[in-house]
Amino acid sequence: MSHGVLEVDCLTKDFPGLRALDHVSLRLRSGTVHALMGENGAGKSTLMRIIAGDLKPTSGQVRLRGRACEFSGPRAALLAGIAMIHQELNLVPGMTVAENIWIGREPRTRLGLINHRELHRRTSSLLEQLAIELDPGVRLGDLGIAQQQMIEIARAVSWDSDVLLMDEPTSSLTDREVCHLFALIRQLKGRGKAIVYITHKMSEVFEIADEISILRDGRQVATAAADKFVPSQLVALMVGRELEQLFPKTAAPIGATALAVHGLSLAGVLSEICFELRRGETLGVAGLVGAGRTNLAETLFGLTPATAGQIHIDGREVVIDSPQRAIEHGIAFLTEDRKRTGLFPALSVLENIQIASLPRFTHHGFVHERALSSDCRQLCETLQIKVRDLDDVVMELSGGNQQKVLIARWLLTHPRILILDEPTRGVDVAAKAEIHRLMSQLASRGVAVILISSELPEVLAMSDRIMVMHQGRVSGVLERAEATQEKVLELAAL
Amino acid sequence: MSSPMNGIGSIRAAVRRRRWPAEFSIALILIGIAVVFELLGWVVRQQSFLASPERLIIIVLQVSIIGLLAVGVTPVIITAGIDLSSGSVVALSAMVAASLAQAAGTTGAVFPALTDLPALVPIAAALAVGAAVGVANGALVSYARLPAFIATLGTMVTVRGMARLYTHGRPVSMLTDSYTAIGAGARPVFVFFAVAAVFHIVLRYTRFGKYVYAIGGNMQAARVSGIDVNRHLLAVYSCAGLLSGLAGVMTSARAATGQAGMGTGYELDAITAAVIGGTSLSGGVGMVTATVIGTLILGVITSGFTFLGVDAYLQDIAKGLIIVAAVMADQYRRRQRRATGPLKAKEPA
Repeated sequence: MSHGVLEVDCLTKDFPGLRALDHVSLRLRSGTVHALMGENGAGKSTLMRIIAGDLKPTSGQVRLRGRACEFSGPRAALLAGIAMIHQELNLVPGMTVAENIWIGREPRTRLGLINHRELHRRTSSLLEQLAIELDPGVRLGDLGIAQQQMIEIARAVSWDSDVLLMDEPTSSLTDREVCHLFALIRQLKGRGKAIVYITHKMSEVFEIADEISILRDGRQVATAAADKFVPSQLVALMVGRELEQLFPKTAAPIGATALAVHGLSLAGVLSEICFELRRGETLGVAGLVGAGRTNLAETLFGLTPATAGQIHIDGREVVIDSPQRAIEHGIAFLTEDRKRTGLFPALSVLENIQIASLPRFTHHGFVHERALSSDCRQLCETLQIKVRDLDDVVMELSGGNQQKVLIARWLLTHPRILILDEPTRGVDVAAKAEIHRLMSQLASRGVAVILISSELPEVLAMSDRIMVMHQGRVSGVLERAEATQEKVLELAAL
Repeated sequence: MSSPMNGIGSIRAAVRRRRWPAEFSIALILIGIAVVFELLGWVVRQQSFLASPERLIIIVLQVSIIGLLAVGVTPVIITAGIDLSSGSVVALSAMVAASLAQAAGTTGAVFPALTDLPALVPIAAALAVGAAVGVANGALVSYARLPAFIATLGTMVTVRGMARLYTHGRPVSMLTDSYTAIGAGARPVFVFFAVAAVFHIVLRYTRFGKYVYAIGGNMQAARVSGIDVNRHLLAVYSCAGLLSGLAGVMTSARAATGQAGMGTGYELDAITAAVIGGTSLSGGVGMVTATVIGTLILGVITSGFTFLGVDAYLQDIAKGLIIVAAVMADQYRRRQRRATGPLKAKEPA
């Protein structure tokens, strides 16, 4: 083992009224992956931001190659050899891949203008080196979220840093892309990089990490080599208590057909989708990114009305040409992108929950505040949303609680068909288990659930049936008993 | 979270718990500015600035037209839009109203056959003009998906041209007494406050109001939540146009004339009033009450300088600086409040 490239010594960070980090120490060796685990709010991101020069510690020290460093900002840290890959993408959609990677340090011609040929050459060789098959000239906004993630990583690597900090890099990737990413990480390890890897996913940790540190409420509760841990122990350490089963699927009585879809098509995106969904049933939808899973959800919900095909709800044919119509028919849709299509960041928790149910609580245009807030309060209790006051701004909540607020929004509409698109993305283990338990509860109350998820174990555990999609078509349907990871992947990749 | 709270922390938490109305900080700034003028009044002119009911009414009176436009533009800005056409709409609706409000026997009347009409006719015509421009703005922004700045810049120029074309630039005068009575005395003040009250109630207590905030806060999420975004945008811009039409009525009635140059620059004063009141140009945030206070700040500044006898050119410079300072002070206070806000475990992501 080589010596520590980066040493974090007794780092403490106080925010007003909150100690985010409490005497945390880490030692990163070159050529290793150090996984950092913990629930949302445990202090992982704060720690990363301090190492990356984005925040200043209250006390403690960061040493790079034995020398204490105090960065004036992220750029200083980058120049010293520490690059961070953010959980939320920090890219400019209107610029090309090449421009995004080299932004702020573009090669210049003698006249001081940007040398586009050199820019492209460097980008091509970088992408080739990382085995990312993308044209450097493509506008970033035209890429999928997974591809954008790859570009974010490529940019970090392009700084030729010794230390790479990855904050949940796989949260929007499918299994295949994760494999690709891991190959990339191993390659980087081989080149002697020290990598810090934040994740919630148990399977990933054991596959990629050499060492694991666990944070809880800002304190470091454990640090050891990865092979010293077993999964259940990790979960217990993170949460501070024993969790029940991770995916608590209970069998729900299956009722009459709630939703029947025949030949549903969306020009150029979906073709001839047929399936049935019954009350109390959970239909998992699996597939690679770009297979059309989210498009299917958006079409069922009227965001992109279908160009052909029929939708029957409770046996009656319906036309769903807008979300309003979908909500009237008892459909609810939890979208995959909390920030873009979910939350109203400036509004309160209460306002975020009530927004989709206002028609039910309106008389002569005026909103029945009292009835509404008592219903919301009750939902918050049922879902155990940790909020001090319903009037608090929703952005003050942790990711898991924000997700639960969005779930509450849709439950308040009393849905009969619930579409969940990546319901547990970016939430911690405890919140994840709660969301899973809730799904089971809803199913047993007769709600028909469509679960879209890129996390195969989740789909396999939570679904009664799994519909696999490939290039806008249904490539197969598997019953719960026969479904395995291999069979799903086979259908997804066809 | 079991974070140890020191004395100051708990006091701050308690203050936060009390939940001052959000208008509180901007009202403080209004009071502060008024007090400064009061003190300067005693120093410079040895008399009180505020202890004069007539002056207080005039302060509001001179900003009540701007105030109407500001109240109309507030919901527009909350949806992350803007309305630059309001000043031009004041001119066009004033012209149209005046042309239908001329007294019998006016030489060179615009419509010689249509004189001595009841005041209701010019009022309805002006409101219709305003609403029509508003609908056009709304359609351009929602269905045609033009940026609001561009769409309303276009209507601003077009409508100003229409106001000039209407009589080829000639003013329209000799209006009936029943029409000019609308703008007499302190009536514009009452109209301003009445309209502001209605808009306040609609924005705060109705479903429509909540949808307006949602659309400005996150348009995509609003769509997913089952809000017909286009229809609501259309309504918001139409209301703004309607208020501009009303402002045209008040202006022409008070001045007893319609002129194509009326309302020039009013749109910017109106936006200024809304922004001083804390309305966020990026959408989702704003209150009619705060906009009214912002309007009053503009009025107090103008009256105060006149009271002190400050040179008109200096007035503009000082006004600009005070506006920037007021908004900065307000934002500083808000940030302070936010900094002491979250007490529970939360990673600043």
